[in-house]
Amino acid sequence: MFMETAIDTPESKYEILPKTLSNGEMDGELLEVAMGPQHPSTHGVFRMDVVLDGEKVVKLKPVFGYLHRNHEKIAENTTYLASMPYTDRLDYLCSMTNNWAYALSVEKLAGLQPPERAEYIRIITGELTRLVNHTCLVGFLLQDMGALGTPLMYAFREREMILDLFESLSGSRMMCNYMRFGGCRVDLPAGWLEQAKRAVDSYSGFLDEFEKLLTENEILVARTQGIGVLPPDLAVNASITGPMLRASGVNYDIRKVDKYGIYDRFEFRVPLGDHGDVYDRYMIRLLEMRESVKILNQALRDIPAGPIVDPKAKLRGFRPKVGEAYGRIEGPKGELGFYLISDGTPNPYRYRVRPPSLINLTVLEDMCLGQDVADVVIILGSVDIVLGEVDR
Amino acid sequence: MVMETLEQIKARIENAISGAKPEIIPNESPSAQRSLLLDPAHAVEVAKFLRDDSQLRLDYCSNVTGVDWLDLIIKEKVKVKKVVEGVEKEVEEPVERKRPGYLEAVYHLYSMALKHGPLIIRLRTENRADKNHVPSLTPVWRGAEFQEREIYDLYGIIFDGHPDLRRILMWEGFADHPMRKDYVEPDDYEYEPTPHDEVLEKTKQHHSPEPKP
Repeated sequence: MFMETAIDTPESKYEILPKTLSNGEMDGELLEVAMGPQHPSTHGVFRMDVVLDGEKVVKLKPVFGYLHRNHEKIAENTTYLASMPYTDRLDYLCSMTNNWAYALSVEKLAGLQPPERAEYIRIITGELTRLVNHTCLVGFLLQDMGALGTPLMYAFREREMILDLFESLSGSRMMCNYMRFGGCRVDLPAGWLEQAKRAVDSYSGFLDEFEKLLTENEILVARTQGIGVLPPDLAVNASITGPMLRASGVNYDIRKVDKYGIYDRFEFRVPLGDHGDVYDRYMIRLLEMRESVKILNQALRDIPAGPIVDPKAKLRGFRPKVGEAYGRIEGPKGELGFYLISDGTPNPYRYRVRPPSLINLTVLEDMCLGQDVADVVIILGSVDIVLGEVDR
Repeated sequence: MVMETLEQIKARIENAISGAKPEIIPNESPSAQRSLLLDPAHAVEVAKFLRDDSQLRLDYCSNVTGVDWLDLIIKEKVKVKKVVEGVEKEVEEPVERKRPGYLEAVYHLYSMALKHGPLIIRLRTENRADKNHVPSLTPVWRGAEFQEREIYDLYGIIFDGHPDLRRILMWEGFADHPMRKDYVEPDDYEYEPTPHDEVLEKTKQHHSPEPKP
């Protein structure tokens, strides 16, 4: 699967045919279209400068920065803890995993170890976030394909149950700000585990229903199979991570590789795709949700009682030793990492977010070349981006 | 799978590529993630070696980022032999040393094939002003493409050999590099100077007649 020498330049998949009439005049011309920044398919403010030859894409350049607020600079001008609520706003669908990645990196930097119960709570909230993200993504993808309303509303109905759980746990539905260095902010409220168990139990039924509705749907199959193919060697070389990488058949899941937290205690499989097309990327999300349900069932069964914060952790006067650390987790969209350099002061000297959404867009042009302009929309939808994270 | 130690990797790089002088940068924090500093002249060769070597196969360049290190005045106490009141004594004297500032690009490498990592490599520019070039590693790992563009945009490191080095987050025509530590942000981003009394005065403060070097 892995080529010995990685590709240096992407091979061109589409050639512009000379379009001249018999008298030597040009027949037709290339059309430049700016898709975005206010295009409904871009899921935010994002622009693709597309050059079209008829319906076919000849060139595509993504343009970023409409939502740029220099998150990293703001975090470098404030304390470690004060950045925690701001990480919620990176990928605003998945605030729990953003919190987790940041907390994990600071714990590496400061040498903290969350207690057992906190690790279980992190797994539970993290996997619930994965369910939220993948459910929404499938809904949005189908919306992009023209199935207006129904799949998205089904998805939002299920998401609502999980957001209710987040609200009763952290006080906020989307901007949770729940994790802390060395643990979590508050313990689970009474009855939360039972409520979570009910939500998780009903999820398999929902996935069955969703799949019955979609997976073998003729229109979905016709629109997605063989579209936007990403070969595995290019995916590895272009640092693609998450479901998009695994849809291309590369077995790399940081939950299995790093075993961060306590992921080594849970039994789950890593679903892999065969073709790397949009259909595989859709299918991988559904299969990953089933694995998440498995992890959640095990975690909700085994969660012990105990403290939720490392006693060494302190909220005030937190000054890690001079040094640096890079921590990463398998976020719902891919590898979410935080790189921190401490100079011994209360503020980080360098704070860097490794955004999976941005880096997964590296191959957007390679996947779209030679495809129809209507397929660009679903290829972008299958990459799964949130612009809060792309632009930071 | 466990990766070789940094010392072993360093020795193998020195064997494989003549002239390359990797240097180990220590890390005192509990994470203990040490890194390798590469010299810019051999960086691309070393990167190709790291990617293609059968024991390392670091085919996945996860994170690329810039760091800005300002000029630093290091105050040290040095023991000096001095004649004090006719007797030779060891006296501690404060000495100030200036470390010139530089910009740094940091790469976090992992192996998807062998599932190990990270190996952290660093490239440094000579200074923060005019000698701000380092070789681009995008030809080796395409995943660095957008991230190197981002470093160019926010830090002003110029990556030689990058296929498409343009600003990525700030707009074209923006003059400065906002992630630098000495960047001063304007009082008002939407400030448009118009020639009126106090506004004119403020304009003059903002836009000095001599262009910035």
